[in-house]
Amino acid sequence: MRSYIFAGRVTKEVLRDPISLFFGIVFPIILLLLLNTINRNVPKNLFSIDVLTPGIAVFSLSFIALFAAQTLSKDRTSAYLARLLTTPMTATDFILGYSIPLAAIAFIQSIICFITAYFMGFTITLHILLALICLLFASFIFIGIGLICGILLSEKAAVGLCGALLTNLTALLSGAWFDLSLIGGTFEKIAYILPFVHIVDLVRALLANDYSATLPHLYIVIVYTVIIYGLAIFFFRRQTIED
Amino acid sequence: MTNAIEIQQLSKQYKTKVALHPLTLSIPEGQLFGLLGVNGAGKTTLIKILTGLLKPSSGTAHILGHSLSKEDSAIHSIIAVSPQETAIAPNLTVRENLLLMARIHGFSKLQATAKVDEMIAQFSLEPFEKERGKTLSGGWQRKLSISMALILEPRILFLDEPTLGLDIISRQELWTMIQKLKGSTTIVLTTHYLEEAVELCDRICILKDGYMKAVGTVDELIDQSKQSTFKDAFVHFVTGGES
Repeated sequence: MRSYIFAGRVTKEVLRDPISLFFGIVFPIILLLLLNTINRNVPKNLFSIDVLTPGIAVFSLSFIALFAAQTLSKDRTSAYLARLLTTPMTATDFILGYSIPLAAIAFIQSIICFITAYFMGFTITLHILLALICLLFASFIFIGIGLICGILLSEKAAVGLCGALLTNLTALLSGAWFDLSLIGGTFEKIAYILPFVHIVDLVRALLANDYSATLPHLYIVIVYTVIIYGLAIFFFRRQTIED
Repeated sequence: MTNAIEIQQLSKQYKTKVALHPLTLSIPEGQLFGLLGVNGAGKTTLIKILTGLLKPSSGTAHILGHSLSKEDSAIHSIIAVSPQETAIAPNLTVRENLLLMARIHGFSKLQATAKVDEMIAQFSLEPFEKERGKTLSGGWQRKLSISMALILEPRILFLDEPTLGLDIISRQELWTMIQKLKGSTTIVLTTHYLEEAVELCDRICILKDGYMKAVGTVDELIDQSKQSTFKDAFVHFVTGGES
């Protein structure tokens, strides 16, 4: 119950911040429109909408990490978190309270992304439901990264790391815009060590109804989600009571 | 009279710095107890330990019979804290901030709404109740922050520098409110202001560099220091004089 009450507060904090809303919902749509327009005006098919959409959906999740980092670090540095830590709320209440609204926003963000893409020629099939579930699950990787940054870093550093570094890493190393094999070498190897490209490949495979291609990406995404979200819980519990 | 707070040899040491030297103290139920000292005296450290935000390096404490190290959830349901910083949710309205605190503490929706109305009237927050926390002036933010602690009807209330940044009228209003709680609620108050301590506190503990220099009523402290005024007594203790 307490986590539900606190989740309501986190939802209001995020949704009432117009900059967050712009980057979380509007910016990915603009990006999709822009790249689709470029694609229509160049002779070579650079960004096929069916390939581009899963990439944009995953890239958009990086903004969820920014929301998580910003909300938690603000609460921490303003002593609001300290106040709440002297109430009967437990660590689980906090983690759920921060995560549930952000996961819901991520889910809505993915739906909006697919709907926007539909008007640009993206093929909608029933497989989209599996892709949405997969994106929702993967959103916990980004929420976890955001919570870790929010609990360990100052607001400026947390926002910088998630807002600039993570979004760029996701953009470049997820294969959202271009085929990573075009660059290949160490760049591609690093990309495949990180989870981002695996989420994109997994969603693309699901949308293409190619279940055999979902592996090993599915396993890697599960392992990353468990590890990163587990670390977020660990750091939250450890850091909230000062030694 | 039973003791609300019992502290035995409580200390806090960081790597090279001792923030609080072993301190033994008891505060009877219903008493308004002041922690007085210059910056770095250990006032906030003691409050953080007693509210479960900071682990002590040694010693024990009991809050209304509950062990600080073993029964933090029981303690958190009977205390409330108004931190030194104005710890409010910036994007929630005044009403929402109060409602959230009441709901987290387990008040039903109906009870919480009634309590919120009461606090809004008591702190003259009516003109701002629909305004977001971040748009309030510093003084109103502090009032809101204090009302967020009082709404919980705690048995023990920790007020860390409650009148910092308040104008003289607001300070006087808050003093009246705090005085009304005397007897029914145990209050631990930290302050820099000597006149505030004299006006409000039943007993005062003077801290300096983490050491308890003296404890007693205003008259007892004047007697112990062999000075003629409380100001001289305070200066005596914080400049090296012993009781």
